[in-house]
Amino acid sequence: MSSGLAIETQDLRKTYRVGKVEVPALRGVDLQVRTGDFLAIVGPSGSGKSTLFHIIGGLTPPTSGRVRVADLDLASLTDAGRTNLRKKTVGFVFQKFNLLPNLTARDNIAVARYIAGANGPFDRDFVEALRLLGIDQRLDHKPNALSGGEQQRVAIARAIVNHPAILLADEPTGNLDTENSKAVLDILRDLNQRLGQTILMITHNPEAAAFAHRTIRMRDGRIVDAG
Amino acid sequence: MTTKLVIENLKNKPMRSLLSFLLIGVPVTLILTLQGLSSGMLNDNKERARGVGADLIVRASSTTMAVQTSTEAVKEKYLAYFRNEVPHVKLATGVMNRSIEFPLYITGIDPDEFTKMSGGFTYLDGRGLRDPDDILVDELYARQKKLHIGSAISLKNHDWHLTGIIQGGKLARVVVSLKSLQEVLDTGANLTQIYLKLDDPRNSDAVVRFVEENTNLKVNTMAEFTALYSVNNIPGLSDFMYVVMGIGVVIGFAVVCLSMYMAVLQRTREIGILKAIGGSNSFILRIILAEAMVLGIGGTVLGILMSFGAWWLIRTLVPSSLAIDIVPLWWPIAGAITLVGAGLGALYPGLNAARHDPIEALAYE
Repeated sequence: MSSGLAIETQDLRKTYRVGKVEVPALRGVDLQVRTGDFLAIVGPSGSGKSTLFHIIGGLTPPTSGRVRVADLDLASLTDAGRTNLRKKTVGFVFQKFNLLPNLTARDNIAVARYIAGANGPFDRDFVEALRLLGIDQRLDHKPNALSGGEQQRVAIARAIVNHPAILLADEPTGNLDTENSKAVLDILRDLNQRLGQTILMITHNPEAAAFAHRTIRMRDGRIVDAG
Repeated sequence: MTTKLVIENLKNKPMRSLLSFLLIGVPVTLILTLQGLSSGMLNDNKERARGVGADLIVRASSTTMAVQTSTEAVKEKYLAYFRNEVPHVKLATGVMNRSIEFPLYITGIDPDEFTKMSGGFTYLDGRGLRDPDDILVDELYARQKKLHIGSAISLKNHDWHLTGIIQGGKLARVVVSLKSLQEVLDTGANLTQIYLKLDDPRNSDAVVRFVEENTNLKVNTMAEFTALYSVNNIPGLSDFMYVVMGIGVVIGFAVVCLSMYMAVLQRTREIGILKAIGGSNSFILRIILAEAMVLGIGGTVLGILMSFGAWWLIRTLVPSSLAIDIVPLWWPIAGAITLVGAGLGALYPGLNAARHDPIEALAYE
């Protein structure tokens, strides 16, 4: 990926098997995302956005085609290889926040560091990031004591704590009100602009997509508008 | 961090955790109580046998167990033989044992001869045997049966009259005159055992050889005899213990398997989250196994505490029938048995959790 591409896919295909029926979710996706890019993917339900997200995040392997993420050829990675990719190379932000309910915000972030092999206190840069996220005073609360916006900001902190090459956000504002949505999108844009964080965001919301540098549209498992 | 995850998981479902501790603790208590009973009863019997003050014990040749209460008999005439013809014998006294209610038995003694050999009973209340129907019981039997001096006791289809409560530790818990017991049971002049006191205990081997050469009786030193009070010399006891331990493993296995299976189901989404942030299969398995180990250790500790409760209950309710010891030596063994069961029980749910597809797990509601 000497060309400065964070993500590159060529003729990427994914077919799910439901009983005896084969359901094609991706039908040949060609995508290039430069390092430091902020890309939004929009499209109706069933268009393949989430499948693309899952493949790039190493949550599932492709059926065929080529996919490179941060210089790693994902098609050739084993399950253990994809697990390692998720440890350090990609960070996830989900629509439903997906924080561990029994742990405090601090421990939710710490568990991601622990899994990636890091221990000890947060470094100075990350402490500053927590301050920018506005959760530095809320770290000792469990998710059920945090608002939706705060939970999503904790999820963002967890996603970036290991300084991933790519931040993948799946409908990050889908469960938030307008004010919190804007706050989260501002944070994502800030992370992109200040830290050069590569971000790939799936959204249904055109206003959210407008925060990205570029928006691509998907339909029926294909990119119909490369932005 | 693994520890924190495990502890927080257990704290989050306190009722499930407590029930698991309790159910894992039950077989631990069972094992420790049975071992305590085994140890307590064997030690109690040993102590009471030593309390006789004899050097040798003589029994019928067909006797196989340490406590002989069957009708296998030694003729009473052997008393005169031992007193008069066997060298080094200073005292000889015969006793008869008959079971009254498991594991207790009534013992007939010759009061004078027994007192000479043992130094006599220590009376906590009342007096010794004088009349044919007199009966002595030790303090534990009196407490268990709520007896006091003057109580009527019906044993072996005969009404006895309680005249003395004795301190335990010598021969028997329930004592009557040998002659009376022989008459009540219509056994004739037969004995269960003869105890011999020698002029010098160092002559024991010589006397044993002499008796074996000249009679068909079985003779043992008291050291040999008390050594017979072991788990291995009680038919079936070892096997019974192994069965109980096996049940302990199975219960530990089943409880942990069920508990962890439920926990994995309830935490499917959390497992998906951990996998999404890079948690490996071995990391997920490690969390499940660690939680099972904590349940096993907690259950063991609770089981040990409950064994003290069982110890207290037995000593309070049936102090005479059942002697029980606390057996700290068995704590790590019972713990190890439980942990093996818990580890095996957590394996299937753990592997199941580790194999979860992260996408499906994240979509789990």
